[in-house]
Amino acid sequence: MPGEVPLRGRNLGDLAFKTLLTIAAIAIPALLAFLVWELYLGSKLAIERYGLGFISGTNWDPVAEEFGALPLIFGTLTSAAIALVIAVPLSLGVAIYLTEFAPKWIRQPIAFVIELLAAIPSVVYGLWGIFVLIPLLRTAVFPFLRDTLGFLPLFQGPIYGNSMLAAGIILAIMVMPYIMSVSREVLLAVPTSQREAALGLGATRWEAAWTAVVPYARSGILGAIILGLGRALGETMAVTMLIGNRHEIAASLFAPGYTMAAVIANEFTEAATDIHFSALTYVAFTLFFVTVLVNAAARLLIWRVSRGRPSGGQGV
Amino acid sequence: MADRAPPDAPRIRAAGLTAFYGAFAAVKDVTLGFGANQIHALIGPSGCGKSTFLRTMNRMHEVVGGHVTGQVLLGNEDIYAPGVSRTRLRRRVGMVFQKPTPFPTMSIYQNVAAGLKVGARLPKARVDEIVERALQQAALWNEVKDRLHTSAVALSGGQQQRLCIARTVAPEPEVVLLDEPTASLDPQGTQRIEELLFTLKAAFTIIIVTHNMQQAARVSDTTSFFYLGSLIETGPTKQIFTAPAVEQTEAYITGRFG
Amino acid sequence: MNRLGWRRWKSRVMVGLMMVAVVVAVAPLVMILATLVARGAGSLNLAFFTQIPVPAGETGGGVAHAIVGTLLIVGTAALLGLPIGIGAGIYCAEYPTARLAVVARFVADVMNGTPSIVVGVFAWTLIVDVQKHFSGLAGSAALAMLMVPMVLRTTEEMVRLVPHSLREAALALGYPRWRTSLSVVVRTCLPGIVTGSLLAIARIAGETAPLLFTALGSQFMSRDLDQPMAALPLTVFTYATGPYDDWHRIAWATALVLILVVLVLSLLARLATRQRFGSRG
Repeated sequence: MPGEVPLRGRNLGDLAFKTLLTIAAIAIPALLAFLVWELYLGSKLAIERYGLGFISGTNWDPVAEEFGALPLIFGTLTSAAIALVIAVPLSLGVAIYLTEFAPKWIRQPIAFVIELLAAIPSVVYGLWGIFVLIPLLRTAVFPFLRDTLGFLPLFQGPIYGNSMLAAGIILAIMVMPYIMSVSREVLLAVPTSQREAALGLGATRWEAAWTAVVPYARSGILGAIILGLGRALGETMAVTMLIGNRHEIAASLFAPGYTMAAVIANEFTEAATDIHFSALTYVAFTLFFVTVLVNAAARLLIWRVSRGRPSGGQGV
Repeated sequence: MADRAPPDAPRIRAAGLTAFYGAFAAVKDVTLGFGANQIHALIGPSGCGKSTFLRTMNRMHEVVGGHVTGQVLLGNEDIYAPGVSRTRLRRRVGMVFQKPTPFPTMSIYQNVAAGLKVGARLPKARVDEIVERALQQAALWNEVKDRLHTSAVALSGGQQQRLCIARTVAPEPEVVLLDEPTASLDPQGTQRIEELLFTLKAAFTIIIVTHNMQQAARVSDTTSFFYLGSLIETGPTKQIFTAPAVEQTEAYITGRFG
Repeated sequence: MNRLGWRRWKSRVMVGLMMVAVVVAVAPLVMILATLVARGAGSLNLAFFTQIPVPAGETGGGVAHAIVGTLLIVGTAALLGLPIGIGAGIYCAEYPTARLAVVARFVADVMNGTPSIVVGVFAWTLIVDVQKHFSGLAGSAALAMLMVPMVLRTTEEMVRLVPHSLREAALALGYPRWRTSLSVVVRTCLPGIVTGSLLAIARIAGETAPLLFTALGSQFMSRDLDQPMAALPLTVFTYATGPYDDWHRIAWATALVLILVVLVLSLLARLATRQRFGSRG
């Protein structure tokens, strides 16, 4: 009975299986290439008409067919910078506390709760921002900042509520979970011997964490921060709802501004001329390239620390 | 190395077999046959090529990127001839690994029946019969007959390994390869496996790689000693352990190296 | 001695500051959830789930159209995105060193960081601009594109967690490679793949930006994917930015429903991995 299986034979199942998987895998780079191509085609008109002057122009007037994206780029970078200034110390504090100091039983629940923040849809942040955060900022926080730090141009001028600072603050809340969870992963990957060596030399627990553990994970933490930056640059809804949507470059953080993502969200359905569509697509194209560069840098840094392990970053 | 196949016509036989990983030859020009219904032990220090040699018998070394020159004849068919299907070959030459590998998502019953899935479709009653027979052969039936449909990973290590043996023998292969099957078991588990090997040899040709010389001496009919990828000596177990012909063999079995 | 005292004191202060950071970090979540419940829960009644909106100025009505729209758009996106994401993920795990796997993995990371609004523009040029009308399907395409890279990475990681010994055991039984892969390897890590898929679905269910100029939104019940369609996040956006108090009330209630959908999906995802495979080798 056993000898009945002939040795020769072909296996069509394997061929079909590999073919299907290969098609799925090819679809990924194909989709991205297609995306780049479509964005290029869409923005071709504007690229030909405005070239790189698009990036340095400050006037945005669809009726006069003038499109300068500098205020958008400024707003995108400024709101992201505010977000990082607030979110980085907070997320690092939490990440270091959770890996080095917190009682064991509390670590998982806190990390879980903070990662839940990443699951909240952007539009819900926007809603909360409009009705809870903005009133709070307008009536309490902004006046306080103007009274105490008003000597800086950043905190001068009329208070609107919807503003660059409001957008930056909501972005900070939104990117914090990403920075926190990636930093935490990176810190967890630091070998225990690092801590023990420092403690053995008589360092306090804080000194051990700050001088032995954190520097070891430095480039991974930097990667986490840049990953957060990537998120902040491309974030759309909450920013659109809070930033005030005005094409101007203001010194004061209390003034409204605009971002690249927000202008696409606001104007795409209203655009009436081909050149307006094309200009908006040009903005999308530029935004795409900036985020690709930022993310590539982040991945590289994280990969250097946690070599071998596939990098996290979407760990919700 | 001279051709010293066991007396009776070998069930499976390597002829001038060299096995490579990349450019590295892990097994060098081995000619060795294995008679039916016997237990054959392969011994030698770690890294000597005995496991690689075993894996060339059902082309499992190719899974990790190895290749061979030379032949392995099953009956009188070369298993490396073009057009030979590895999956069909492995249904005739089964293998048990060092660590127990029950499929965690399957019940005990499903594990034993797993190898039947790739053959001709069998009626349920026939599968029931085969599962019971295989578990009997693996000396596990009495312990699990009342919980055939529970998870296989709940079994002890020794039970898991006997389950893997049952899974391997269920499709009735001609040859059963065992790669250090007791290396991860306690002495009691080891003893159970050794006992069941004696019953299994009535039905199969068994080749076992072991790092444990006492085990080779206890269970096998023939023993082959490998060193640095070459077959140094082969013969009836008693002869190898009492009167080895080659000095290296003697050095190894008396514990002077390895 | 004095110096040591100062260092100990500093250590204690820093730990205190970090605990403050934890509180500050957790506070927004608590505040957001509390406001959602406080302002949204009161409006949740049967009509809210079964009716479509009434004209502006009148009170009552519901968001049944948006619930149906979200189910259809997200469901279609999952049908489009999951096979590609899971298939490509298995490819990357099965042939980890193949050039295509390296490329697909890298591109997935790039796509993962691509702003969703950009993907929306892509779907617009691809479908809306060609068909000359907005459609739920265009929204599904955008969302599918967003979920593919997430699903790919989790699938690959999960498949790679399965011990190699299981694969060998199946191959040694004479399983062909495809069968080894599906009925042993993938089957073993299926809970993990389900978790990854559910998390990806939860994530796209809350996406608004890519739907703005694809699905567009609607005030009416539509079950035709070739037509503009409402979705929960779009409804939150429209009503939150509108001028009427009653709209704001609906926005809060809709946001509460949306967050419940997202949280339930995330929770289901965690339950799926609860029964993890036993011995990990």
